[in-house]
Amino acid sequence: MSAAAELHSLRRGRATTKPQNLAAFLFLLPWFIGLFLITLGPMSVSLYLSFTDYNLLQPATFTGLDNFTRMFTDDRLHQSLVVTFTYVFVSVPLQLALALGLALLLDRGARGLPFYRSAFYLPSLIGSSVAIAVLWRTVFGSAGLLNQGLALIGIQGPGWISEPSTALGTLITLNVWTFGSPMVIFLAGLRQIPTMYYEAASIDGATKWRQFLNVTLPLLTPIIFFNLVLQIINAFQSFTQAFIVSGGTGGPADSTLFYSLYLYQRGFGSFDMGYASAMAWLLLLVIGGFTAINFWASKYWVFYND
Amino acid sequence: MTDTFTKNTAPAPDAVQPARVRARTGHRPIRSVLRHAVLILFALVMLYPVLWMIVSSLRPNDVIFRDPSLLLSDLEVGNYTAGWNAFADPFSHYLLNSAIVVLGAILGNLIACSMAAYAFARLEFTGKRLWFAIMLLTIMLPIHVIIVPQYVLFSQFGWVNTFLPLIVPKLLATDAFFVFLMVQFIRGVPRELDEAARIDGAGHPRIFAQVILPLMVPALATTAIFTFIWTWNDFFSQLIYLTDPDLYTVPLALRAFVDQQAGTDWGATLAMSVVSLLPIFLVFLFGQRFLLRGIATTGGK
Repeated sequence: MSAAAELHSLRRGRATTKPQNLAAFLFLLPWFIGLFLITLGPMSVSLYLSFTDYNLLQPATFTGLDNFTRMFTDDRLHQSLVVTFTYVFVSVPLQLALALGLALLLDRGARGLPFYRSAFYLPSLIGSSVAIAVLWRTVFGSAGLLNQGLALIGIQGPGWISEPSTALGTLITLNVWTFGSPMVIFLAGLRQIPTMYYEAASIDGATKWRQFLNVTLPLLTPIIFFNLVLQIINAFQSFTQAFIVSGGTGGPADSTLFYSLYLYQRGFGSFDMGYASAMAWLLLLVIGGFTAINFWASKYWVFYND
Repeated sequence: MTDTFTKNTAPAPDAVQPARVRARTGHRPIRSVLRHAVLILFALVMLYPVLWMIVSSLRPNDVIFRDPSLLLSDLEVGNYTAGWNAFADPFSHYLLNSAIVVLGAILGNLIACSMAAYAFARLEFTGKRLWFAIMLLTIMLPIHVIIVPQYVLFSQFGWVNTFLPLIVPKLLATDAFFVFLMVQFIRGVPRELDEAARIDGAGHPRIFAQVILPLMVPALATTAIFTFIWTWNDFFSQLIYLTDPDLYTVPLALRAFVDQQAGTDWGATLAMSVVSLLPIFLVFLFGQRFLLRGIATTGGK
């Protein structure tokens, strides 16, 4: 929002016959306190701390850009970036594709919809819990459910969680498993597409596939975009599942060292809080950057009907 | 952008009908059967691990890793009694701790978020658009950016190893997602109702408490249910603020248990995992309506 627009709204606010500033201030008081004390205040302090060496016991000492230059030579940080980016860019597209596919299947057949919707939605409610992470350990362990199933057809599966090459895959699977919440958003979006578009298309002789390509997909792009932004932001911050599955280490061989897990290790394991703050700001920049790119790119593929 | 989105996806009741009509026209039964077969198979694959967890929690330890089926030959409730008492305190202690945190969080979110939402939806004030934009931005803010100084702040208050760091922020409407959800809802309430109350001499506190609040019960229910589930599942902030085993919540106790016995007593572990998910299952069962409406309007996590 531009400064000019802001000034304009300020003037407009003053011109109102009944200024409600006092009432508004009282209603917003808890939110204001929270915003400054719990959000903006700590944010600016953490920005300051990111330029310091701070271990919670001694006062912070200013070290300039040291934390940030340290990042260039920190191999575990690089590893955590690789892990997190792999996780985000593999699991989010898979998750959204599955969500869209099932939403389309469900949208066509209303019978039994409530049952299927519940069945597919449930995992996204429990997917972030410790209990499900524990379950994942037993399902993908070397003697776990998956390998028992594979043994029935004569395949000797690896220890999915103890192998560095497959451990991250189990966590990607877990994220894909929670496709239910974007699916419900897609379903709501599909409901909003007026049937007359389909009628017009079929009068023109368009096949189901062409109707999907030329009616459904363009009208659904705002929802795809929204889900994409939301899921990317969430996936970048993923923590609990990697923490539980790897026992807090990010192992085996740092193969599940998520960015936020490494941040936790630095900040609350080694009390290297200056560095952890710097990492947090890098995360904010990365997430903000991707969101900005998403918004910029949306001009070229998101179709707004109104 | 968020505005455009909700406009497009807000579930309009009348939009449900055309979809149904479309579904019934021109579909051959074979295709329908095929589709249902695919859907059922997929649902089964999806839910299999959860069902297996429930079945396995009722099996003796030595059978759990030998039987991938869902068939139960005899009920072994021993896992539940063993798991219940395997921790430093009985498991009910951790359930109670979680319940306290969850109830505090729900209460905080209901009160503080609805107050803020009323101001954003109904009142004119200086810089309203800017504050609203800031509020929307905080929804997207990663907790990591504030957790270190917040930890320092709360430890100076002496709040580490109390439930306060998990509840007080909710009383200060920091879950902006719910403010947004409620703003959207209040905007849908006809302004004539406010006007009528104002003519009758009601001020904003009364309009809020006696007109808006009773009408926004669905939005409050959605908020309560989401807060319940997210707080019940929350691990990161509880891990940071609660290090005293007496204050452990369910996720922390479960994690400590898994680490401690390093995967020897899986029966008990799975049994307590099932217990820890039970409240979520129940809330899902009874509150599904509000959950689905909530994520359809605002695209929750």
